Amino acid sequence: MSTHHISVTINGTIYEGDVDSRMLLVHWIRDGLRLTGTHIGCDTSACGACTILVDGKATKSCTMFAVQADGRQIMTVEGLEQNDKLHPLQEGFHEKHALQCGYCTPGMMMTSLALLQRNPNPSEHEIRVGISGNLCRCTGYVNIVKAIQYAADKMQASEQVPVTAGEGGE
Amino acid sequence: MATEVFKHGLGEPYKRKEDARFIRGQGNYVDDVMLPGMLYGDIVRSPYAHALIKNVDISEAMKVPGVVAVITGKDLDAAGLAWMPTLSADTEAVLALDRVHFQMQEVAFVVATSRYAAADGVAAVDVDYEPLKVIVDPKKALDPDAPLLRPDKKDKQPTNQIYHWETGDRAGTDAAFAEAEANGVVVKQDMFIPRIHPAPIETCGCVADYHKATGKLTVWLTSQAPHAHRTLFAIVAGLPEHRIRIISPDLGGGFGNKVPIYPGYVCAVVASLTTGKPVKWIEDRSENISSTGFGRDYHIHAEIAADKDGTVQALKVYTLADHGAFDAAAQPTKFPAGLFHICTGSYDFKHAFVEVDAVHTNKAPGGIAYRCSFRVTEASYLIERMMDTLAHDLGKDPAQLRLQNFIQPEAFPYRSALDWTFDSGNYEGALKLAMKNVDYEGLRREQAEKRARGELMGIGISSFTEIVGAGPGKHFDIAGIQMFDSCEIRVHPTGKILARIGVQTQGQGHETTFAQIIAAELGMSPDDVDVEHGDTDTAPYGLGTYASRSTPVAGAATALAARKVRDKAKKIAAYLLEVGEEDLEWEPGRFFVKGAPGKGKTIQELAFAAYTNCPPYLEPGLEAVNYYDPPNLTYPFGSYICVVDIDRGTGQVHIRRFMAVDDCGTIINPMIVEGQIHGGLTQGLAPALYEEITFDDNGNILTGNFQDYLIPTSMETPHWETDKTVTPSPHHPIGAKGVGESATVGAPQAIANAVVDALAHVGVRHIDIPISPWKVWAILNEKGLTAD
Repeated sequence: MSTHHISVTINGTIYEGDVDSRMLLVHWIRDGLRLTGTHIGCDTSACGACTILVDGKATKSCTMFAVQADGRQIMTVEGLEQNDKLHPLQEGFHEKHALQCGYCTPGMMMTSLALLQRNPNPSEHEIRVGISGNLCRCTGYVNIVKAIQYAADKMQASEQVPVTAGEGGE
Repeated sequence: MATEVFKHGLGEPYKRKEDARFIRGQGNYVDDVMLPGMLYGDIVRSPYAHALIKNVDISEAMKVPGVVAVITGKDLDAAGLAWMPTLSADTEAVLALDRVHFQMQEVAFVVATSRYAAADGVAAVDVDYEPLKVIVDPKKALDPDAPLLRPDKKDKQPTNQIYHWETGDRAGTDAAFAEAEANGVVVKQDMFIPRIHPAPIETCGCVADYHKATGKLTVWLTSQAPHAHRTLFAIVAGLPEHRIRIISPDLGGGFGNKVPIYPGYVCAVVASLTTGKPVKWIEDRSENISSTGFGRDYHIHAEIAADKDGTVQALKVYTLADHGAFDAAAQPTKFPAGLFHICTGSYDFKHAFVEVDAVHTNKAPGGIAYRCSFRVTEASYLIERMMDTLAHDLGKDPAQLRLQNFIQPEAFPYRSALDWTFDSGNYEGALKLAMKNVDYEGLRREQAEKRARGELMGIGISSFTEIVGAGPGKHFDIAGIQMFDSCEIRVHPTGKILARIGVQTQGQGHETTFAQIIAAELGMSPDDVDVEHGDTDTAPYGLGTYASRSTPVAGAATALAARKVRDKAKKIAAYLLEVGEEDLEWEPGRFFVKGAPGKGKTIQELAFAAYTNCPPYLEPGLEAVNYYDPPNLTYPFGSYICVVDIDRGTGQVHIRRFMAVDDCGTIINPMIVEGQIHGGLTQGLAPALYEEITFDDNGNILTGNFQDYLIPTSMETPHWETDKTVTPSPHHPIGAKGVGESATVGAPQAIANAVVDALAHVGVRHIDIPISPWKVWAILNEKGLTAD
């Protein structure tokens, strides 16, 4: 097993480290960097609790090795709030009661962000398709859909450019 | 003025306090706990469902870089910890000694400096097994030539049968059936409610941290019942209870999965005791589904005796319960089949008799409630399926048959044939509201038109009654500890409040709703009330959150503790205002002198006085504690109507509409109640159409991860519609009943009834859940109904 020196920009900050080649990206982010907002819920890349943005694309960080992130731009849930101002998605999840235990919430919001970046005005069906790779056991999704609609409306109304890391969108 | 500060009391959709940390990724779940020098545990598990262990060789594992220790069953046995008691008076292997009883059973515990080194160590442990005959089918477990699966307890249990339990009036029930055979109607149906798993998105785990110098053991634990777990740790491990601190931090869902104590917890504690370092153990998803507490697994035969006009008389139920390798069912001691005998449901049965036989098989132990109160879903499913079967056989409309047989509103408190006292209800009101909301008659007309065109549409009803909120303590316990609950309130001098409760949220929003209860009782804003829970060093003793007991029990304790605070504040007000207590009147937020509303003191002023100018005849300070033992359970109810369309080409069931009318008594926060119902409905949909843990003949689990065990995504989950009626509980201080599990209990049978209803005209009477496209397609194919 080899060790690799990597340099990754996460939420605008450059992190460097030495990682084993088999180290999963999610373990490096959580255990190595102590950014514990990104969660782990399964071992088959099915649940989406670990979703982050890698070069603007929603990515399940349990499905990537840390070494593959070398030189990339990453955004995690910790990067959503900017200058003490909540992101419209964070606001929407709170306003629409789109979270209960909170465990799937970070991954769900990151997937939603990627969705809104490529489709700023999604229909309910498009939202449901967009988040279908993220499992929530508490809410039944109805309010998550509403929260994403809330964020879409707010982001469009303010013509605010969504917070991105890297090039953004697809 | 008082009315101005009194916002967001009972009945208002106050936004959740706990969201602030979760939406920022700042929740603190067990796997987020990281301590200096922390080691990681991982478990060697059996590949066989039944085998003898000939040898466990750890020598290669000990050579793996980073591996610190490997604990085997023999090591634990030397410390008297190889076996632990279950919640059902059985014993369960912590680490297997000479035999494994199910696939994925715990065999050894590897401790290492990283997750990866621990996994390497697991791969290097060499276990020599001798496979034995496997029993998967619980019916075969009772065959005379079946191997004895638990020779460790053959002295007290010589067969694979764990218990026979029965309740009710056998003679009266038999007589009613004889009468119905002669002059009425008898319907019979077998049904299987398969093994499922609660599968919260956060799996189970812990961090055990033992300090040799202080002798204090701190365990961050995914626990729905931290105090009960502390006591069990003390009893099992022989540790002094005041030196054990269980912290159940933020939990990523529970749904019953986090009620039992699992071998991994015990191993992590032992590893910390022996290494002197903190040890983390977090199971992965396949370990979670394969080895920790499952739900259901009931093989049911039910019969109803009724008059020819459909008036029900008697219910008879026989159930074979598959408890797996160890009887780890999480039930009160008195009720081995939980509250299964709530199975007369919302209907006025004169007689009932229920029998349950529980057996061992070579499957994982469990028998916990999948988001329900002790086997209530099994009970509700069977009676709601049976009512539809009766309607089908009589050619009656299932809604009309229910309306004909409901317990009437004036009959409460109602004593059921199986000896429960229902507190309050208006079943007819809920069903009629649901029927109106969906235009039931219009749906029936549409169904008739569609049938004429060859289209398959079904309408399913479930008019369920739950039984939640255990105690009272004289009937309900965990390992002997009575099921009361508690709240402690501290009012600070400036009138801000810290409250601590004996229950533990896993997403239900206690920090918000319990603040609202206190706010309502004291007439202040819930912004000024913080609620803490889950830390046994600080919270008052409680039995935890499951069986929808938080609001019925700890919610009552919270209201009563707040009233104690108010009573003391009144004494202080009388002193300050120089009047007798009888001369004071309360309005939200303040006491004032009767007839002189300008002369009064706010609760904040009284709190300040409690610390600065307390009457000399009172203790200073303003605090209260209440331990509440409920006089009865509460009985939430509802009526659900599900409308499905069936694709004749694929057999796929499409839920077009789902109307849920719930009645949980007084509503504290309608936003949270609706959220609980949405989630509950989704966990009712799940077993109805998707979830099932299956095994092959060798006991290999076939659905042990999220690729194969299908929990509903946003694509399968319909847009739920909700409505409510409000029938308060007469014995609860604020009339609340509990709501977290209602929809999980009520929904599966509405969906199953809808699918059967869609196919009833071609003679289909029952389909076992989960109703997969394949099952439906096979029926369509048999009936010649498939389409391209």
